[in-house]
Amino acid sequence: MTIFMKKFFASLAVTVVAIGSSAAVAAQEGPEALIKRVSTEAMERIQKDPDLAAGDIKKINVMIDQVIMPHVNFQRMTSLAVGRSWRTATPEQQKQLLTEFRALLVRSYANAFAAAKDRTVRVKPVRMEAADTEVTVNSELVPKRGEPVTVGYRVEKTAEGWKAYDVNILGVWLVDNYRNQFTQEINARGLDGLIKSLSDKNKGL
Amino acid sequence: MRLTFLINRFDGGFLGLRRAAVCATLATVMLLEGCASTSISGRGVRNEIDPLETYNRTIFTFNDAADRIVLKPIATAYDRATPELFRVLIGNFFSNLNEINSGINSALQGKVKQAAGDGARLLINTTLGFGGLADVATELGLERSNEDFGQTLGFWGLPAGPYLVLPLLGPSSGRDLAGSFVGYSGYPLNYLRPKGHRFTLNMVSLVDNRANLLAASQLMDGAALDRYTFVRNAYFQRRLSLVYDGDPPFHAVPAEEKDDPVGQPKAIVPR
Repeated sequence: MTIFMKKFFASLAVTVVAIGSSAAVAAQEGPEALIKRVSTEAMERIQKDPDLAAGDIKKINVMIDQVIMPHVNFQRMTSLAVGRSWRTATPEQQKQLLTEFRALLVRSYANAFAAAKDRTVRVKPVRMEAADTEVTVNSELVPKRGEPVTVGYRVEKTAEGWKAYDVNILGVWLVDNYRNQFTQEINARGLDGLIKSLSDKNKGL
Repeated sequence: MRLTFLINRFDGGFLGLRRAAVCATLATVMLLEGCASTSISGRGVRNEIDPLETYNRTIFTFNDAADRIVLKPIATAYDRATPELFRVLIGNFFSNLNEINSGINSALQGKVKQAAGDGARLLINTTLGFGGLADVATELGLERSNEDFGQTLGFWGLPAGPYLVLPLLGPSSGRDLAGSFVGYSGYPLNYLRPKGHRFTLNMVSLVDNRANLLAASQLMDGAALDRYTFVRNAYFQRRLSLVYDGDPPFHAVPAEEKDDPVGQPKAIVPR
């Protein structure tokens, strides 16, 4: 657990980046190839631009929109984290949740981008049937020295190709972790309470 | 974030504090067991994985304060005063000491090849790696297996049991606490005499670990809505993943989420 937390956060940024990539994805590209291509490309972007590694939020946001978001079903990610209250949320509440959750993730992990330097991606073979529409892709971020960090993705098949909706670092799934906290907040203060908590957090209150 | 995450490194016990703390905790737990049913989760019902939440949160706050006031400032100073290479060597040294426990537990889980690998790692790193300072074995392709007795118990089907936050030692579970008693005897530093040296080394290990976590703890402060819940969930998920060597099965969806229209989140049911 010791090294674990360090790696966890160090890699989360890399991971988040690794989900996406530039547009024009061949729809037939398999999940394994997708993760490999996108991770590598994202890693290269960070290595080339010192501002990204330094945690420049504006640039990071641009990069995430261009590179990552095309390959993430962020609505599903958010709705899973919110849990069953998502269904009863108004469209306005859902929109706010999407915005605030995204901002929280970007803001929190922007600083970890520096850790992406000097790492290479190794994607493990995916066990899947041709008919599968949901698979887990496991990968490793390998540093020049030291132990690799395991990173997993849950991806689903959509009309626009495979998209990720959950990610894990060293065994800890992001959605599951946030669902715990969100549920607690919703039970105590309701959906608007959760939105306010997220927004306060993002404003640094 | 604190001491909390240091626990694995110390599953073998450190400072001799571990044993004392463990005993104190057990006593407290037993005392609290009687009133455990008053423990309320955010949902308004008793939280099955955390029946002692009220007690745990108190200890968590205490650990947090101890970290903020004592450990974190020391670790920050250490981090600034030492070069990275130095800290890598120190980290290697202490992780080499865990190799014995790891090997024994690999064997106890019937992972013969892995146990042999752990033995080889210990041998190679202790000799060629100058007493464990250099991790030569990893360079040679022998990966660290990182087993402990808590994982062995999980491997053979013992459930994780209730979540526990130990004073100064951080997150644990019923199963991992039991495992740490066994791990204590497999951790070489516990046999070091005189005890002053043991204390010194354990302190170095503690500070070194905390220094490694400075960036991580800062990130978690930003990422977590409720750090207690964040840590508890991460702890159970991580331990589950370790029990299954990184490949835990998908779990059944809890009843309350079956009507979830958007998908089937894989709930974490601590094994």
